[in-house]
Amino acid sequence: MTVIGRLRRASFWPMLRKEFIEMRRDRFTLAMLIGIPAIQLVLFGYAVQTDVRNVPTVVLDESRTSQSRRLVDMMANTRNFRVVGHAANREEVREAIERGDAAAAIIIPPEFVSDLKRGRGAQAQVIVDAADPLSSQAAISAATLAGVRSGAELSPRPVPTAAPAVEVRVRPWYNPEGRNSPYIVPGIIGILLTMTMVSITGAAIVRERERGTLEQLVVTPIGKTSLMLGKTIPFAVVGYLQVTVILMLGKLLFDVPMRGSLVLLYVLIAPFIIASLGMGLFISAVTKTQIQAMQLSFFFIMPNILLSGFIFPRSAMPEPAQWVGAALPLTYFLTVMRSVLLKGVEFADVWREALVLTGFAVLLVGLSVRKFSKTVE
Amino acid sequence: MTMPPQSSVVVPAVTTSRLRKTFGSLVAVESLDLEIERGEVFGLLGPNGSGKTTTIRMLTGLMPPTSGEATVVGYDVRRESEAIRRNIGYMSQKFGLYSDLTVAENIRFYAGVYGLMGAEREGRMAELMEELGLAEREDQLAGTLSGGWKQRLALACATAHRPAMLFLDEPTAGVDPAARRRFWEIIYLLASKGTTILVTTHYMDEAERCQRLAFLSRGHLIGVGTGQQILEQFKMPSIEDVFIELQRRDEGAAA
Repeated sequence: MTVIGRLRRASFWPMLRKEFIEMRRDRFTLAMLIGIPAIQLVLFGYAVQTDVRNVPTVVLDESRTSQSRRLVDMMANTRNFRVVGHAANREEVREAIERGDAAAAIIIPPEFVSDLKRGRGAQAQVIVDAADPLSSQAAISAATLAGVRSGAELSPRPVPTAAPAVEVRVRPWYNPEGRNSPYIVPGIIGILLTMTMVSITGAAIVRERERGTLEQLVVTPIGKTSLMLGKTIPFAVVGYLQVTVILMLGKLLFDVPMRGSLVLLYVLIAPFIIASLGMGLFISAVTKTQIQAMQLSFFFIMPNILLSGFIFPRSAMPEPAQWVGAALPLTYFLTVMRSVLLKGVEFADVWREALVLTGFAVLLVGLSVRKFSKTVE
Repeated sequence: MTMPPQSSVVVPAVTTSRLRKTFGSLVAVESLDLEIERGEVFGLLGPNGSGKTTTIRMLTGLMPPTSGEATVVGYDVRRESEAIRRNIGYMSQKFGLYSDLTVAENIRFYAGVYGLMGAEREGRMAELMEELGLAEREDQLAGTLSGGWKQRLALACATAHRPAMLFLDEPTAGVDPAARRRFWEIIYLLASKGTTILVTTHYMDEAERCQRLAFLSRGHLIGVGTGQQILEQFKMPSIEDVFIELQRRDEGAAA
């Protein structure tokens, strides 16, 4: 028999067809498949901003010169600071922060210009309400950056090369504005695929068990492989659709750069999807009800959100947390996605991650095939 | 018709010998010896937990037996379960229908799973719709059908491949009397064409429709024969009395 003939006779076709009909008719699942990507993108893209913008700021300009005004403008231009008022003295600054009118203050002392002219390294002070560590951290780094930039610009003559013994330059690459959204979009793709492939696939198979249709299928001649292929291929298709939708929305709403090859990206998605489907199949093989399957997949998804580097950088985590992260396919997938999408790297730069993902795929699918038995015990 | 090669020789539809199934320390079926002839309508009776469903599951290949031997339409349940699956139909209490699929889609799906394709499949579908009177409901979602219709659809799905033997596990639970009568007419039609039928039931009028009966009690076969033979064996006026007596005994033993 030819390959095409074999494919045409393959017993997963009826399964595949049935699965798509069910997917189309089950409004709830359909809503989950389409609604969740949209909601997540908006939530993470707009609402959850780990980069801090518009910190309300009071200005105390004791220098009152064009140079000092220029510095304040530069800091405001970072958009981390939003000038909400001017203080007459330090006491007013303190009051503004205590009342909560402002969370930061820029103080430029009277000797600012004279120091600048003498090339002594002029000083400006930024006071930050550190009660909110995230905001304050962002404000501090923004201020440092503005200071470094303005140093060269405001100084009338070149800074003597010997003056700073150690020069620290902050140079954010790939995302120079420090924007969060481009970074979060590859992450959302990963999380979303994990959710769809693991929890919805897992539940879809357990539902057949609950409704007695799996028992019915088991007494038919359909093979285990056909059963599993027919059940999972539709979800892989949905996964690719979700990726495409998120990429398009990401481009449209957040102007996510697409520096790498989209073909490479779509190819590298495959081992991750297969690994996740393997996990979904495994969950369906060890649970008896849809609720159990949902709970178990939620239990799997939590560490994926927290420890994969989706929100929090893994390098900052304690070692055991890093180990757990290293055992999650999503961790490698995120590296791949961010590298290809944001940095535009080639396959040669991500082949290790691709290999690990393929390993996960083989392991998880193998495990679930072993576990998934064509008997009902 | 998909008949095994042995069908020309008279091989019983089902044979079991010392068939046994245990779940941990619980013995579900103990030393079952049974023989069902071709074309017979055979009833398996017994209180809940007596081992009826476990027996059906072993015979259909859903569960491997713990020990003992069994053949179905000439094939060994342990070694040739795939061949058995091609030659039997199975209808469970849950019917195994997809509620989001229409009547026609359900039949098309199961026919496809049994390897029917293209014109052959469409032809068989039309035949089943006609035989079971499902044509008028062709495009209705299975989930919105009443019990009687669901049962008929499930029967259509289970017989899409013209199986030599049909297993019915409490097929008429939750179905109204008129639909039950219609269902039995179809069963007899199938039997008259040579299909062997093994049915479990709680309804006494249904038990009386079977040509032979087997009574199970706590995993043991305690009586086989025609309805008349059973009555003589237990010295009871009706099958229902036999049944109630058995249930009383089982519950007494369990307490």
